[in-house]
Amino acid sequence: MMRWVRGFLAGVVVLVLAGNALAIDPIELADPALQERYRDLTHELRCMQCQNQSIADSPVGLAGDLRREVRELLESGKTDDEIREHLRARYGDFILFRPVFNWRNAWLWVTPVILLLLGLAVAIRVIRQRARLAATDTSSPDDPVP
Amino acid sequence: MNRYLLPGGVFLLLVIVLYIGIQRAPQKTVIPSALLGKPAPQFTLPVLGRNESFSSTSLAGRWHAINVWGTWCPECRVEHDMLLRIADSGELPLIGFNWKDDDAAALDWLAQLGNPYSVVVADRDGRAAIDWGVYGAPETFLIDDRGIVVHKHVGAMTPAVWERDFLARLPRAAALPGAVTGAVK
Repeated sequence: MMRWVRGFLAGVVVLVLAGNALAIDPIELADPALQERYRDLTHELRCMQCQNQSIADSPVGLAGDLRREVRELLESGKTDDEIREHLRARYGDFILFRPVFNWRNAWLWVTPVILLLLGLAVAIRVIRQRARLAATDTSSPDDPVP
Repeated sequence: MNRYLLPGGVFLLLVIVLYIGIQRAPQKTVIPSALLGKPAPQFTLPVLGRNESFSSTSLAGRWHAINVWGTWCPECRVEHDMLLRIADSGELPLIGFNWKDDDAAALDWLAQLGNPYSVVVADRDGRAAIDWGVYGAPETFLIDDRGIVVHKHVGAMTPAVWERDFLARLPRAAALPGAVTGAVK
């Protein structure tokens, strides 16, 4: 049994490492600071073709083109926000994995807060009612059940 | 009775919201273009198979459609006959946007299947396509006479889509056989 578990764990470790060895994007920028920003940006931009991967993780051609675009914009001295805006203007909000707040998606952000407040109000009311019941209740827990 | 009113109401509301969600689900697989209502991106690209380039500025002032295609794209093969029919009807000039393709393969495709385009530009490295927010061929853009992107269709062109989303948006006078001829140096 123990041996089986150990074999399984070894397999998991191999698979995890294999993922690194097969990294999609071989690009290294000369400047380490740019490389850092490049890595962060490509991980928060969506691959439009596969939709649930970032452009850093996707092997499809368009993701490669978008990585090249990000790299060129970085090298031309654009800020991260300018680069996000550059791509958002072309592909829409959908390309951002971290969506921005706007009037169209406002209800998505606000609804959970409203529900939470609503739940809180209900909870407080119930607790208050129970407390009032307890205060008016003169019986003791030891009383025989009527 | 009153104690069932609130949960019942909430449940009913949930049913309505989910029902609307299901009804609209098919539309959600298509990502709307960020360019709608905005000026069409400008490009100057080589003309496929010719030693000259074509600039989008020469399209100014006339309604046209830009069709993004590639020989590697199976859906493009599916819509090709429809594109030929559109070209025959002369309702709107079709500009071919050959995306990340091999020139020889693209010329071969047009020679064998017929060429529905007034002009075909070759975006070999996909840079211009990024300006257009292209994410999957075939895509067809409708541009008006002021150079504004009026509509974008993703997927194969069908008679129904052409009728409903393209022709219906044209002013009557615009549906002229506008021949975009030659290439601009």
